[in-house]
Amino acid sequence: MLLIALILLPALAAALAYAAPDAARAAILVGTAAVHLVLVLMTWAAPGQQALGGWLADDDLGRMILTLVSVIFLAVAHYAVCYRREENPRGGRAFASCMLGFLAAATVVTTSHHFALLWIGLETTTLAVAPLIYHRHDRRSLEAVWKYLVVSSVGIAFALLGVFLLATAQPSGATGGRPLVLDDLLAHAGALDAVWLRAAFVFMLIGFGTKMGLAPLHLWKPDTYGEAPSLVGALMAGALTSCAFLGLARVVSICYMAQQGAFVRPPLIGFGILSIAIAAAFILGQGDIKRLLAYSSVEHMGLLVLGLGLGGVGAYGAVLHAVNNGLAKAMIFLVVGNVVLATGTSAADEIRGVFRRLPGSGALLVVGLFAVTGSPPFGMFISEFAIINGAVGEHHPWVAAIVVALLAIIFVGIGAMILEMVYGERAPADTNAGGSDERTRLVVAPALLAVLVLGLGVYLPTRLIGALAGAAATLGGRAP
Amino acid sequence: MTSFAELVLFLVVLSDFAVLAMSRLSACIRAIALQGLLLGVLPLVVHSTLSAHAVVLGVGTAAIKAVILPAFLRWAIREAAVRREVEPLIGYMASMLWGAAALVIAFAVAAVLPLHSVETDLLVPVALVTVMIGLIVLITRSKAITQVVGYLMMENGIYLFGLTQSQRVPFLVEIGVLLDVFVGVFIMGIVVFQINREFDSLSASRLTELHD
Repeated sequence: MLLIALILLPALAAALAYAAPDAARAAILVGTAAVHLVLVLMTWAAPGQQALGGWLADDDLGRMILTLVSVIFLAVAHYAVCYRREENPRGGRAFASCMLGFLAAATVVTTSHHFALLWIGLETTTLAVAPLIYHRHDRRSLEAVWKYLVVSSVGIAFALLGVFLLATAQPSGATGGRPLVLDDLLAHAGALDAVWLRAAFVFMLIGFGTKMGLAPLHLWKPDTYGEAPSLVGALMAGALTSCAFLGLARVVSICYMAQQGAFVRPPLIGFGILSIAIAAAFILGQGDIKRLLAYSSVEHMGLLVLGLGLGGVGAYGAVLHAVNNGLAKAMIFLVVGNVVLATGTSAADEIRGVFRRLPGSGALLVVGLFAVTGSPPFGMFISEFAIINGAVGEHHPWVAAIVVALLAIIFVGIGAMILEMVYGERAPADTNAGGSDERTRLVVAPALLAVLVLGLGVYLPTRLIGALAGAAATLGGRAP
Repeated sequence: MTSFAELVLFLVVLSDFAVLAMSRLSACIRAIALQGLLLGVLPLVVHSTLSAHAVVLGVGTAAIKAVILPAFLRWAIREAAVRREVEPLIGYMASMLWGAAALVIAFAVAAVLPLHSVETDLLVPVALVTVMIGLIVLITRSKAITQVVGYLMMENGIYLFGLTQSQRVPFLVEIGVLLDVFVGVFIMGIVVFQINREFDSLSASRLTELHD
């Protein structure tokens, strides 16, 4: 019941938000997000729920990503309501509906234990964010949304082929279990046909990898994040990519259970290192803060699949990293949204003296810099450390060495740009006479997310450690 | 599999090549509409027993892929006043050769795949060749609307592959997939319309402002 309510609530609210008058829409958006989060926390109190004959089910990994999505959504919803008072109010009706539609679709993805249902949810998230990317209705955002739609649709079509291939891998009758149901696939993993399973993995890796934005399938990402409103970037980089990661993690867990580890590890590790390397190459010399964050997202998606491919402690690190990365990315995108709102540009050269003009956002931007680059004491440090630890523990010392070197390069690249923006002298074009442009209510959501990112670096609750260990166990990993 | 089903699959391959060879957009759309109709017929004939499930799926597929989406695409090109696919990135002869290569590869790959059912021996290669030719169209055509046709073809190929599993993939899922494709093409069509308004051309190759 709870799982069905979690999906129906935002779906109905999306319809309601479309019909409701302007004044009520903000309340519907934030109210739905808050109730959704309360329901999600209730699933922590009563784990293991099922609905629709096992098609929807609660498990550690899904619940963790679901919680992540719900927390990010509440922050973004609050931010969106405040942001819209500052910016043009065009399309408010469709904007709120698409956001809530995205939440419903993401909830389907995270609670689904049926691969086809998971695919439907993921495709719906793609369609729901497309109008959000095109929010500004200009040429550049048009180009961005076209690239995003074509690349993601083709990618996700490959994933659908992968789903059908997975069904083909299952023998019919009692030996195979219910078609495409995760629990039965895991229980009867030994009976799966190895050739079809490998084919299914390859197509889903390409499909979900495109949605995650793994290099070289990331080409939509800089354009989309660069042109979409920052709060949409927060939703995509924080929540949507995590949902795609979940899809990939599901099929990887089946492959490990079916003793196909030797087949799936090399491509996962390869995609991981390539993504981090390409991100490092493009972060150096990047001139636009939002595109820089897009490449940072490519980097962290690379770390996630690297952790999946390494197994052991690396798998534990990957799950924790998905949570940390989601929170940190959402936070820094919202802060950058404040900067872009005040300066009217996302070109790094033209942004100077953020700390003077926006004290709160400037401070949070520096916090975000250290959070997304995985510096202590933030959560990402622990999860990146676990992934690198996994590389050493699983006898891939050269992987650990390469990754550490690339992370150092990325730290320098991101740090140079952001510190210059925050503390640099006034740009020639800056006509601001001094004084603060800060909107306090726009700082609330990113500040709360920053507290969470910091909190997860300092203290991991016991319940969370248990869930992490449970999730890692299904991915051929273990807690450190 | 009946000989009628084989005939339908043969026509699907012909419609693949028709899209590849046509230079007129309206002819491309007619070919993709015909393919949608054939896809609607297939669930009824591919398996020996006829079920309500197959009938609803067939009718739904035909309605969306043979009637609604082609009509929508026709509306988009009429509004945009474009008739001819003037500049494919590779020539029509070369595309046909690529298509022929895809056909050979599809049959070669399908021959080595271990299959559970003899009903489907022609379905898998036809599915693969449709996916591949869809991709060729998507990559080698510069007009945004032809890229939508390519995407639709790819989805058609995946649908054909899905038919081999239609006893096992539940009905609701198939309808959900169909709806997602429908909404996806619909949103793409709207974007195509906007591209035309903004750029006075449907050419996706003019979308080059964003780069590093």
